[in-house]
Amino acid sequence: MHLTLNVWRQKNASVKGKLVRYEADDINPDMSFLEMLDVVNWQLIGKGEEPIAFEHDCREGICGSCGMMINGVAHGPRPATATCQLHMRHFKDGDTIYIEPWRSRAFPVLKDLVVDRSAFDRIIQAGGYISVSTGSAPEANSVLVTKQNSDLAMDAAACIGCGACVAACPNGSASLFTSAKISHLALLPQGQPEREGRVIKMVEAMDREGFGNCTMHRECEAVCPKAISVNFIARMNREYLRSLLKGEGLP
Amino acid sequence: MSVDEFSMSAEKRSHWLLSFWRSTVGKKVVMALTGAIGVGYVVAHMLGNLQVFEGAEKINAYAALLKSNLGLLWTARSILIAAVGLHIVAAYQLARTSQKSRPVGYKRWRSVGSDFASRTMRWTGPLLGLFIVYHLLHLTTGAVHPDFVEADVYQNVISGFRVWYVSVIYIVAMLMLALHLYHGAWSMFESLGVNHPKYNRLIRALATILTAIVVAGFIAIPAAVLLGFIS
Repeated sequence: MHLTLNVWRQKNASVKGKLVRYEADDINPDMSFLEMLDVVNWQLIGKGEEPIAFEHDCREGICGSCGMMINGVAHGPRPATATCQLHMRHFKDGDTIYIEPWRSRAFPVLKDLVVDRSAFDRIIQAGGYISVSTGSAPEANSVLVTKQNSDLAMDAAACIGCGACVAACPNGSASLFTSAKISHLALLPQGQPEREGRVIKMVEAMDREGFGNCTMHRECEAVCPKAISVNFIARMNREYLRSLLKGEGLP
Repeated sequence: MSVDEFSMSAEKRSHWLLSFWRSTVGKKVVMALTGAIGVGYVVAHMLGNLQVFEGAEKINAYAALLKSNLGLLWTARSILIAAVGLHIVAAYQLARTSQKSRPVGYKRWRSVGSDFASRTMRWTGPLLGLFIVYHLLHLTTGAVHPDFVEADVYQNVISGFRVWYVSVIYIVAMLMLALHLYHGAWSMFESLGVNHPKYNRLIRALATILTAIVVAGFIAIPAAVLLGFIS
């Protein structure tokens, strides 16, 4: 396969970047998108040029490191697929591909396609935890969870924090990420002690990072590599109102 | 002291109502509730308007009835003005937050989830605001109506819509309302957390049907005047 790439190149966080055109030859259709970039990078290194920086770790679609805008769609054209799981057979020989980093004020570009997603960590730190007693492990069957809640919590917990929801949202909102984290803990018994405080603190942290609001465009749901539903955003809103009306530690 | 209590006491927490208004989730709740008032109002307004098809006497009597109790009239007007005001302020602030959230845009961006109505809420909203000002000056105060007759609603509607470009303004504005309602009338339920696979499709369907009925009802009047069905 031969491809023409237009890749965002930016030396570091403080300089301006630009799209640079590359001709990629000898691309095997069975390669993943990241492997295609590896080949391009070998060609660049061979010519003594700086390789394209991109983030990656597991390449199995479960770590959330990789992520880039591919022809204007986060993680590219395949639904429920992370960039590392996107294969070149979904492109045609001779295609032109635009590759850009996530764009969000809260995700500053560090280099080329690599962005700093620490904003997500700070949202988690604000409330995405549970308190557990130390000591011996509790009896696993003593706390019952309904099948429905267990499945739903797992659907939300599938979030890998890649940031595609933010990148795709016309409002730059982190609502899908934040709501998935709030939901999976609110649905389980272990998440109950901090339930009311968590949603308020995590929503406040989300707003503090400068993310936009949710207007239900549903772009996030369409690009999420874990196909997390926008219904969780409604659940976050419901949790927020519940906490607001109920308060903490009151009847 | 648990970690939770510690972090709660360490932060200086503002009044819950203030933090509600400041949060994007809270402001969306305000937008949904004020939007719901708006939806209720346009439905009532559309139904009231249809009396124009029953003749001058009927609609003029209805108009007189609405204005007969000044206390009720101004209570209703105050609620509407407050709702529209809050809706506009919240929308403006949220739109600014969204704008600021992406200082560097994409060279390429393709929609895979949103629709035309959701992407144009920010335009249909302000345009409807401008239309409301024009509409009040046209058919409520008569300031921009060349043949305005006080308390003769029927005549004002007929003579107003006989001017073709006035009818065009109204019809275009109602198409804006269609887009705004098509997205707003279901997404407000999401903002309020009213969401369940059991009734999500029903909400979406009812919102679409409501939009079609309201807009068709409104457009019927200038269309009927232009086509000569009522005079």
